[in-house]
Amino acid sequence: MRRAALAALLSHWRARPLQLAMLVVGLALATALWSGVQAINAEARASYAEAAATLGQDRLARLVPADAAHIDEADFVALRRAGWRVAPVLEGRMRLGGERVTVMGIDPLTAPPQAGLAALTEGDGLAGFTTPPGRGFAAPETAAELAAADLEIAPARGIAPGIVIVDIGIAQTLLDAPGRLSHLQVHPDQPAARADLAAVAPHLEQRPPDDAGELARLTDSFHLNLTAFGFLSFAVGLFIVHSAVGLAFEQRRPVFRTLRALGLPGRSLMVLLVAELAALALLAGALGVALGYGVAAVLMPGVAATLGGLYGAEVAGSVVLRPEWWLSGLAIALGGTLAAAARDLWRTARLPVLAAARPRAWALISERRLALQLGAAVVLALVAVVLARVGGGLIAGFTMLGALLLAAALALPVLLYAVLRAAQALARGPVAQWFWADTRQQLPGLSLALMALLLALAANIGVGTMVSSFRLTFTGWLDQRLAAELYVTARSDAEAEAIRDWLAPRTEAVLPIWYVEGELAGRPGRVYSVADHGTYRDHWPLIDAGDAPWERVAAGEGVLVNEQLARAAGLWSGDGRLDLPGGPELPVVGVYSDYGNPQPQAMLGLDSFTRHYPDAPQRQHGVRAPPGAVPDLAAGLRDRFDLPAPNVTDQAEAKRISLAVFERTFTVTRALNVLTLGVAGVALLASLVTLSGMRLAQLAPVWAAGLGRARLARLELWRALALAGFTALAALPVGLVLAWVLLAVINVEAFGWRLPMHVFPADWVRLGALALVTGALAAAAPALRLARIAPAQLVKVFAHER
Amino acid sequence: MNARLAALALLAAAPVHAQGFAGMGGDAEGFRLPERGAELRFPEDHGPHPEYRIEWWYLTANLEDGEGTEYGVQWTLFRAALAPGAAEGWASPQVWIGHAGLTSPDTHHAAERMARDGTGQAGVTAAPFAAWIDEWHMTGAAPDGADALDALELAAGAEAFGYRLSVEADGPLIFHGDDGYSVKSDSGVASYYYSQPHYRAEGVLRLPGGEVAVEGVAWLDREWSSQPLEGDQSGWDWFSLHLEGGVRLMAAQVREGAATDFVAGTWIEDDTATPLTREDLALTPLETATVAGRDVPVRWRIELPARDLDITTEPVNPDSWMEMFVPYWEGPVRASGSHTGRGFMELTGYE
Repeated sequence: MRRAALAALLSHWRARPLQLAMLVVGLALATALWSGVQAINAEARASYAEAAATLGQDRLARLVPADAAHIDEADFVALRRAGWRVAPVLEGRMRLGGERVTVMGIDPLTAPPQAGLAALTEGDGLAGFTTPPGRGFAAPETAAELAAADLEIAPARGIAPGIVIVDIGIAQTLLDAPGRLSHLQVHPDQPAARADLAAVAPHLEQRPPDDAGELARLTDSFHLNLTAFGFLSFAVGLFIVHSAVGLAFEQRRPVFRTLRALGLPGRSLMVLLVAELAALALLAGALGVALGYGVAAVLMPGVAATLGGLYGAEVAGSVVLRPEWWLSGLAIALGGTLAAAARDLWRTARLPVLAAARPRAWALISERRLALQLGAAVVLALVAVVLARVGGGLIAGFTMLGALLLAAALALPVLLYAVLRAAQALARGPVAQWFWADTRQQLPGLSLALMALLLALAANIGVGTMVSSFRLTFTGWLDQRLAAELYVTARSDAEAEAIRDWLAPRTEAVLPIWYVEGELAGRPGRVYSVADHGTYRDHWPLIDAGDAPWERVAAGEGVLVNEQLARAAGLWSGDGRLDLPGGPELPVVGVYSDYGNPQPQAMLGLDSFTRHYPDAPQRQHGVRAPPGAVPDLAAGLRDRFDLPAPNVTDQAEAKRISLAVFERTFTVTRALNVLTLGVAGVALLASLVTLSGMRLAQLAPVWAAGLGRARLARLELWRALALAGFTALAALPVGLVLAWVLLAVINVEAFGWRLPMHVFPADWVRLGALALVTGALAAAAPALRLARIAPAQLVKVFAHER
Repeated sequence: MNARLAALALLAAAPVHAQGFAGMGGDAEGFRLPERGAELRFPEDHGPHPEYRIEWWYLTANLEDGEGTEYGVQWTLFRAALAPGAAEGWASPQVWIGHAGLTSPDTHHAAERMARDGTGQAGVTAAPFAAWIDEWHMTGAAPDGADALDALELAAGAEAFGYRLSVEADGPLIFHGDDGYSVKSDSGVASYYYSQPHYRAEGVLRLPGGEVAVEGVAWLDREWSSQPLEGDQSGWDWFSLHLEGGVRLMAAQVREGAATDFVAGTWIEDDTATPLTREDLALTPLETATVAGRDVPVRWRIELPARDLDITTEPVNPDSWMEMFVPYWEGPVRASGSHTGRGFMELTGYE
């Protein structure tokens, strides 16, 4: 019996392969975007975890300077001799073979045992590692990138990308930090007899292990962003599944009834249906996971570049098949399908054996249901408004975004219903009136697909507006900020001094850009020096300033802070005071915008800076010179001091690099955007195709009344265009609100800066056209089928009428 | 990892089996070699010799508490050179390794420390005498005019154990072999080797159960060389014994694959040292115990017919395994037979 019942149920799909294809494609696409995003996130998180685990930072406590940038090597010896089992680490960013890397110096003899360093023992082992010029170890891909470095770098597993591990002595030479250490690792086992830290090194403090990792926290917002997009795509995909499953159930009601009448128990029918759905979901899910792997593999290099450029987070550029994301992809495909089919399963379970078996797809949408939907939309919109007022944090921001989009989606059928009714009232002539009435009647079948289209379009407008606003602001800001004509970085302080002497008679001004790393308001950041020069006063954009900020900074009476720090710690000119690492507490006299940098930053007058941080490297400089003289100056510098090319950068080059980082930041977002629109198009196509088969009963009388097939097909096309057009119009305000939320809420939370919103009507026109094309493409196949349908098919409608 | 790195330091990139225990076989590669007839000079030679490959300051003590429970203590500092010579800072090619052991009849504690030369984390100075690695130290406490090693204060420890000892010598330094030139193989590989075997010791042991006051005897070995073992020598069995009547005996054999083992020793009586050779001395394993998954000969018979000596040694604790980076057996033993006494046994190369 069950076998026969299963055959009967499956025969439906055999008869309607297109419907089956839509279901599978919709689900596969939705799963693909979701699992693709998950794969990217999983890959990045694995890299962060690896970075955090490098040198055991995730499980070892460390001693750090309480208020200085460095630890003296003598502290290490004093602590060891007082019974502290600690290991020295010196860490710093530098350029090796043209690539920027993090150099980590360790002492292999005292370093706590850990994975990833076993390779140090290969070859001539300790001697080769510690004896100058030494040997570095890096992840295989990093080692390959650094082939041009002066230092021999051997590939080793278990080291995070972008990190080069060298001996502590070699690191001190490379980073020009003789006798200095960044921090000390505390071995988990300590001797019982050990002096107090306060007695041996009172200027150090112990920090617990950093299990999350600074990078993971810093990049959280980025990944939440991606996840939100993945989820949006998945939700759009579920619309397809819901409508396809709904139709399949609707159309098979006679089969269900017949099977039940033949004696198949209701429970068995449900088991068969759930099994069928599960099989379909797993098939489509597997397809989707495979597609998702492709999506991730294509997007991953861009993501890696973004994370590297924006956060300094090194992430592998390739994707590994990790169970955490492909299992979650399958699970969400299964869960999504069952959720989308829940209502239909429930109805089928309660189906009376003798109930009428007529498909009910053509009931005109009830006004009561519309009112309910509108009510839900209003409630959701209110939730969004409340969240915008009282909520804080990224999660609240995205929840607000979700509520807003859902409200807009729910309100769409109501709006379209009203518009179509008005159009019907205005229409003249029977064909036009029939056209609008028929369109309105189709709304229930199409509304889910149209909602998906609305969401995709709104997301496109919102994200597009955000990216364009950002670019406009960013380029303007770059023009102001990169005021110096030439930027020079020396390899050592002595070389820097020689360069300054050489430049002084040849240029208008040499502006030191020196910095120390330290903690600002509880987060790792940098303190920069700023020279007292018109370049800054005239060009540097301040978004908040007290009286005479530049004069007060020059006199050492105050500091400037970047927008990120100001927003995170509530430090604004007037009453804000900043505790400088290892320095004094100074009032905040101004705030500057600092796009493209997630870390807090402060600027201190040059004299105060050199007084408080005499040990800070003094290597980077901005040079003011007549633009015409810049090429000769750059060439002269390179020749005279044999500087590597990246150490001498002119203004145009600096701008190009900054813009490239910026462009990469949104590559992924844009790619996902386009893919989401694609899914929405498929949703529309799916709905139209499945509807078109059932609409024959509606079209046959009109055809019989004298409307030709070709005309009917054209009307079908127009209908799709009209609906897509109305939806696009409705998407515009939704998209603009979305853009505002992204700029004013999400970005502030995620990156710490707020951007002014600019609107780009030309983009809207382009997107509107894209929506129409999507609608036309989706409607083309069903319309073509209608135009070519055999008249006998239409006649049959009357013969089969029940 | 530390362990393996240190192995490489010691092994100079060659496997243990092919090159003898801890890589002590092999070529000298620019290191100096000991020369017969060279006169040792003090206090300078109490300090490090960075132009030689390997060197140690090795103190073992047999101790007893008030109830007669036996204990053994080891304090060792090894110096291993990656290349000849020393320098300031991390670039110095010298590595220091400290071993501390504390053995009782039913427990054996051991700890290891490693350090680079050139930073002050570990090192040895001849005058005033001090040897240290981290908080472990062995510091000279001898009065002016006496040999710097005549009196020492030493301490070491880890999480679970620790000790502080004062030792004072009532006899002179003893030079093994030919005035300190100690041959290790028939082909003439040699080291400089001298000892201070005449210490009386007292101090406090810190055990998991609490502190224990102890006293007893101690023995300090000083040895340095650049290739103390031949390539086919796999390890050694070594004894330092305090026997009744104030006699001390150093007895050792270097095991050679299939060939006859190389035997050497020193009979110390009335402050004079008499070198012993294969003709005088025989060491025979009597019984093995399974220690750390290996069969280790823990009971031995030592015969020295010329002195009417025929004794059996028993370990205080057969499980005195030093699970270090280069592992070995080191612990206190009791002697019985023609003579009674106590001392230390070291068994290396049982892989």
